[in-house]
Amino acid sequence: MRPILIRGGRVIDPSRGTDGIADVYLEEGKVTSVGRGMGMPDDALTIDAQGKIVTPGFIDLHVHLREPGQEDLETVATGAMAAAAGGFSAVCAMPNTDPVTDNQAAVGFIVSQAQRAGKARVYPIGAISLGQKGQQLAEFGELVGAGAIAVSDDGKPVVSSHLMRTALEYARTFGIPVADHCEDPTLASGGAMHEGLVSTRLGLKGIPSAAEEIMVARDILLAEHTGGHIHLCHMSTRGSVELIRRAKEKGLRVTAEACPHHFTLTHEACEGYDTNAKMNPPLREPEDREALRLGLRDGTIDAICTDHAPHHYDAKEREFDDAPNGIIGLETALGLSITELVETGVLTLCDLVERMSTAPARIFNLPGGTLAPGAPADVTITDPKAPWTVTPAEFFSRSRNTPFSGRKLTGRAELTIVRGQIVYQRER
Amino acid sequence: MAVSAPSLGKDLVGLEPLSAEQIELILDTAEPFKEVSERAIKKVPALRGKTIVNLFFEASTRTRISFEFAEKRLSADTVNVAAAGSSVSKGETLVDTAKNLEAMRIDMVVIRHGASGAAQFLGQRIRSNVINAGDGKHEHPTQGLLDMLTLRDRFGRIKGLKVAICGDILHSRVARSNIWGLTKLGAEVGVCGPASLLPRHVEELGVTILPRIEDAIQWADALNVLRLQLERMESGFLPSLREYNRVFGVTSERLGRAPRQLLILHPGPMNRGVEIDSDVADGPHSVILPQVTNGVAVRMAVLYLLAGGSPDWAGGGDDR
Repeated sequence: MRPILIRGGRVIDPSRGTDGIADVYLEEGKVTSVGRGMGMPDDALTIDAQGKIVTPGFIDLHVHLREPGQEDLETVATGAMAAAAGGFSAVCAMPNTDPVTDNQAAVGFIVSQAQRAGKARVYPIGAISLGQKGQQLAEFGELVGAGAIAVSDDGKPVVSSHLMRTALEYARTFGIPVADHCEDPTLASGGAMHEGLVSTRLGLKGIPSAAEEIMVARDILLAEHTGGHIHLCHMSTRGSVELIRRAKEKGLRVTAEACPHHFTLTHEACEGYDTNAKMNPPLREPEDREALRLGLRDGTIDAICTDHAPHHYDAKEREFDDAPNGIIGLETALGLSITELVETGVLTLCDLVERMSTAPARIFNLPGGTLAPGAPADVTITDPKAPWTVTPAEFFSRSRNTPFSGRKLTGRAELTIVRGQIVYQRER
Repeated sequence: MAVSAPSLGKDLVGLEPLSAEQIELILDTAEPFKEVSERAIKKVPALRGKTIVNLFFEASTRTRISFEFAEKRLSADTVNVAAAGSSVSKGETLVDTAKNLEAMRIDMVVIRHGASGAAQFLGQRIRSNVINAGDGKHEHPTQGLLDMLTLRDRFGRIKGLKVAICGDILHSRVARSNIWGLTKLGAEVGVCGPASLLPRHVEELGVTILPRIEDAIQWADALNVLRLQLERMESGFLPSLREYNRVFGVTSERLGRAPRQLLILHPGPMNRGVEIDSDVADGPHSVILPQVTNGVAVRMAVLYLLAGGSPDWAGGGDDR
């Protein structure tokens, strides 16, 4: 494996609180050193990073890669390639595949598909319950043994408080977080968008903010009761942010993530029945968007994730009520985050790298998130000033369902290195 | 007559996107068409040679027949398609159904569909004019228009009228079309119903919330009483029909305490003894059947205007 020297970039490493011009030397799949004026072996590949930022690779805690079961929408390989193109060196794949990733063989399959692809790392998340049916616990020990790094029934809420309680308790044995899709199904059932003025006008059944907040509150109470680690997925409401802030003030083991679409768009994006604005949790109100931004700023929301959810064109070319939830996000997350959070002064670049790399690694206990010597050579080089226009036809993802088509963004990944190998380099 | 009358555009998906001038244009154009239905030979050649498909994905009696009469009295050729027994029941998508119909060179589609936004979805994907005959819980614009025409007939104006829409506002496309149309023409609109059947932030649409039916009767010049969907009990919005009638029913006893005579409208079909008592529905101040008569005229006006007809010639008996 050829060593890599990344020269002259602005190296941001939130794990060590460093931010300055430096060279980064990678060798044998590890970060060897970060500094200036380093000597260089003759065989090293030199990358000029002047004007760019050099950071630990981004880590997405929440993607849907659709394999096995819906390979026409995405595969582990195409998803891992899309991730790399978006600057992610690792993604965590939710278990709502077909069949459900609720056993060691299923986890092992995703691990082997990811190795075969050789792009971004893919960490499987195992199911909380067998078949995601919300009844019997999956074998967490076997899942972890095969490579799962967390458990979740994402896509479906864990309705039974008893099941969530035992999941939090049982997960402690293996030191993994329990990630929950917070939704009270009796309140959210049949809902197609946020319940508010826009849903009233469009005549669509709404999903009230309380449907999320009730489960956030429950999960926080259960985390307190059990001492387990609850990770709250794709937070969308100001009430959730407030609940999490209070839980963190109490020192509970509560972490949370938010998606670029929730801190960028509001329910008004559903106007005209645009099914690419249909997702669950739904796009909410301007006050919610603002609360998520402030939550990311003060660390109440730990991490930025994509909830990358590929769907076929035909499935979205439907009546709004009948279209599936979700959008893809791997190739737009970095640009949206820089444009909406950094350019607007909500986050510094250093904070952004923390929310997209260091924090995700810490809360899911993953390798990476740092450029400390000895860390995995997972590095992203980003041009934070590059202007570009979202063009879904150019995506590596197999799907195209995004509400951001044609949007002008600032900042994108130029080069992604995983395990010391270049897995993505932008073509000029 | 003015020649710069506003056009309606390609489709009629709702009253929300229309201006007051466009709504008045439709109501004014409906006036001469009322007379056509009173003739011995109820037919004008305005849409001769035009082909119209009535695409009904939901059950409908009144609206479908009303559209069909309107089309036939304008001399259009019409085809009715119901979802049951068509390729829709074989899993064909809405857009494929419509594109196949259009491949047969049609001019207009009248669509009734259970999904909000279905008419707009269709209108954006085919070249034919699309007329919304009710889409989910969104809008039912021709119902709103015929309600307004009926109010205008009786009061001579819309502006300044107080109209209370009573019942299940949450699930009602009729309520939304009435709210948009009436407020655009300067009426005051109240909504009255159990809070569990009022949509969130409905007051931001410019309406007054009237918590009790007694409040609506005190406040209004006219009541538009909505049909209570019987399945709302099972989904937990209401305890019982009996209690609904006790608390929200429009009864002659309650109307007797009104400060003025109220006009009573109902879009049908009625649940007699639930939202409205029979003596009210059949009473002297009920305009429920005139609404139905006006429905044909309003739909003729909409079809005629969308087909490019000039309001000046509406109802004209000879070819031009």
